Amino acid sequence: MQPTESPNGAQTLQTSRRRLVFDTLGIAASAGGFGLVYGLAARSAGLSTVEVAAMSGLVFSGGAQFAALGYIAAGAPWAAIVLVTAFINSRHLLYGAAMAPYLANRSAGMKALMAHVLNDETFAISLAHFRRIGRADVTGYWMGALGGTVVPWIGASIVGATLAGNIPEPARFGLDVIFPAAMAGLAVGLITYRRELVAALTGALVGVAAALAWDPAAGIVVGGIVGPLVGLAIPGPTMPDPEGSATP
Amino acid sequence: MSTVYVWLAVLMAGVTYPSRAIPLFVPQMRRLPRAVLAYLRLVGPAVLASLAAVSLAVSTGESGRPLLHIGPEWIAVALCVAIVTWRRNLLLGLIVAAGLMALLRALGLAVV
Repeated sequence: MQPTESPNGAQTLQTSRRRLVFDTLGIAASAGGFGLVYGLAARSAGLSTVEVAAMSGLVFSGGAQFAALGYIAAGAPWAAIVLVTAFINSRHLLYGAAMAPYLANRSAGMKALMAHVLNDETFAISLAHFRRIGRADVTGYWMGALGGTVVPWIGASIVGATLAGNIPEPARFGLDVIFPAAMAGLAVGLITYRRELVAALTGALVGVAAALAWDPAAGIVVGGIVGPLVGLAIPGPTMPDPEGSATP
Repeated sequence: MSTVYVWLAVLMAGVTYPSRAIPLFVPQMRRLPRAVLAYLRLVGPAVLASLAAVSLAVSTGESGRPLLHIGPEWIAVALCVAIVTWRRNLLLGLIVAAGLMALLRALGLAVV
């Protein structure tokens, strides 16, 4: 998309896209490392390379895919795995709703394609980009999605599955810490005001408490629901209306 | 080569895609109340922080029960957060975090 606004607005788009590229590199490192670990773990759980590729390409959701490995290894029925997947990924409803005002005037086909790659990382970097420029940028969205997650996640998981057994103990290289570090870093990138900080801290604390009391997957969802509710109780700036500032 | 789990992937995708697509196609979500917008703005930080905290602090014990995990990984993640806050550079933060863990494990100061 080429900027059609004032020169000042165009500069903002280019500046924001440069920031997007740097963010995407960080995400790509995370997705690549995480995907590699996923591929290795999936092979250990009994999946073939084709099945790993299908999981990463079709489901495209690291958290749900890792959870599924645990259930597969435990011999759980498919119905339970599908149910857990739906539960873990229900948070995407909120991502889509947050993105919807920006994408209201896009074609149905484009939105259908964009929806498939709307995961945690794509949401984080594209929403931050949209906020910086005050409108949607489909080109920027695909730059972040393809460069940050689609190619590295699918590619690295296939590489990991192929190399399984040849890389002894990936944790020795610190790859196991990449996912929590990336999620925490992305959260920091979305914090501008105190109420966002409170929502993040509450989400973390409630998430861990619920995970310990019930189940890790449940903790993630509960933290994501309760955190914003507590954050809303904190006085904050008036929210800009994304739809009002969005351009087709 | 086995392909049986390809069908599981199809089913998992079948319950994942609607949660991503439906909000983009529901007309009512094009004009959300300000309170809802304010809530949704806070969802990202809360979910990402929850994902980070749970994956960092909760492990599954031999009994299958979730257990609190405290270890040097906390320091690595805290270092990444500090770098992102200070430099706004996630890639640098991830490299430092992974490098620290690799170093600690090489020195025998952290278990694999």
